[in-house]
Amino acid sequence: MADQKVSAVQKVEGVGKSAVGFVEAVGNGGILVAESVYWLLFGVRERQPVRLSAVIQQMMEIGINAIPIILMLTGTIGVMLAIQGIHTLRIFGAESRVTIGIAFSVVREFAPLITGILVAGRSGSALAARIGTMKINQEIDALKVMGINPTRFLVVPALLAMLVMVPALTLLGNFMGLFAAGLYVNADLGISLAAYAHDTIDILSLDDLGHGLGKSCIFAILIAVIGVVNGAGVQGGAEGVGKATTRSVVQAISAIIVTDMLFAFVATR
Amino acid sequence: MRNPQTVIEERKARYRPETGPDAVIEVEDLVTHYGERMILKGVSMGVLENEIMVIMGGSGSGKSTLLRHLMALEDKTSGTMRILGKDIDQISRQEFLDVRKKLGVAFQSGALFSSMTVGENIMLPLYEHTDLDALTMEIMARMKLEVVELSGFENLMPSELSGGMIKRAAFARAIVMDPKVLFCDEPSAGLDPVVASALDDLILDMRDAMGMSIVVVTHELDSAFKIADRITILDRGEILMIGTVEEVLNSDSDRVRALLNRIPEEDNLDPDEYLARLVGDNSPGTAHL
Repeated sequence: MADQKVSAVQKVEGVGKSAVGFVEAVGNGGILVAESVYWLLFGVRERQPVRLSAVIQQMMEIGINAIPIILMLTGTIGVMLAIQGIHTLRIFGAESRVTIGIAFSVVREFAPLITGILVAGRSGSALAARIGTMKINQEIDALKVMGINPTRFLVVPALLAMLVMVPALTLLGNFMGLFAAGLYVNADLGISLAAYAHDTIDILSLDDLGHGLGKSCIFAILIAVIGVVNGAGVQGGAEGVGKATTRSVVQAISAIIVTDMLFAFVATR
Repeated sequence: MRNPQTVIEERKARYRPETGPDAVIEVEDLVTHYGERMILKGVSMGVLENEIMVIMGGSGSGKSTLLRHLMALEDKTSGTMRILGKDIDQISRQEFLDVRKKLGVAFQSGALFSSMTVGENIMLPLYEHTDLDALTMEIMARMKLEVVELSGFENLMPSELSGGMIKRAAFARAIVMDPKVLFCDEPSAGLDPVVASALDDLILDMRDAMGMSIVVVTHELDSAFKIADRITILDRGEILMIGTVEEVLNSDSDRVRALLNRIPEEDNLDPDEYLARLVGDNSPGTAHL
């Protein structure tokens, strides 16, 4: 009986610690974003401007190098949506209306989601690993002693690059997903690509595009902040870096999916 | 341990500049905690202009923590700290940054940025804090590499260097802004005796040629005796003694003798006190275990 009580207390204590840890992580993320905005706006005044070269380098790593995999996966998703859409609508004899489903699904949902998940897996993990490794190698301390603010030097370029490149990749994913779906629709239903494109443009509004791109901006911030917070919290050497990297990917993908749902709910009210 | 008289004679034979009268770092009653554990228990010490201050102590004595405080990398619980005449609690952020630009540090691991070449690592402080053109920065980086005898290595990545070369490159980066104070964390750790001795010579050269004050944390007794103008010995978060090499070697303190003779602390303890520590009573040593 006493053992059960102790076990229950330990469980409650564990839940409490996890809750405190979560609040602390959210707080750290908020501080990081606020600091980043500060350095972006007042870096020049503080004689520590954010270097454009560092932002471009990050943009290359986060964005340009991710183009092949984004094209491949969004194209695959587009074809998959076309297959499923045609299969479902055929029940009602309305397969020619598949364009509507594909257009909305790709632009409002799948392109931002797949891009966010891919960038979280590719670049969010890399950011966590990089900052974690720098921390255990005392490189962050070295920056501080040199009078170089680590947030300005490491975080702001990554955050800015994410904010530019995730929506840009999403836009690219939109085109690729729609194009690949169009090819399948053309092959399966005999609808010409021109007619498919005409229908797609007709159906989609700027609001739909904004919905997807708006989400991708939020995903970009989430990926960067979660990567940095996990990297900065690394303890225990190489093993700690591995754990932080895994944690950052899991947290970022979870945050992206939950945010996606909330965003869809709020934006469609 | 080497014969103290031999060490003292060797030191007398070597040229030693007069230490300046002004303190570049002053610490008073520094207290710091990690969580609830008190690490530094009212440490007071200073580093004079153009002197090499070696901080020694056993594992867990708080020397690395003290070094991090001297570099203004840690938040203290209480106490005052003046770096280059400025109370770091009383100055603005800009003044604090200006102070930091006059500090250099060579970490134990080197802490070179792995994504940059050796040359880029060395140029980084110049790039961030000066308006010099690229060519001038490159020349300055090459000059500093020359000082640490690493000429021609500027285009290599840190992963392509040996342990000793990484430490030298870290020294080059630390001195590129001609700092007033240089901090070195375990410069000889993990190096063979020849390379370690060469690094000691480099530290002496930097003090003599550049007039820096240098703070070195080390476990290596030979290295400490070779380079130190003064030695601070820490024990369980408290200053055991501060003195010249001669004063340390001639110290009557049992704990200093134990450290110099590499005698485990437990061997000097009263058996009852040792037992009390093991079972975890509230004796002062409990936190140490």
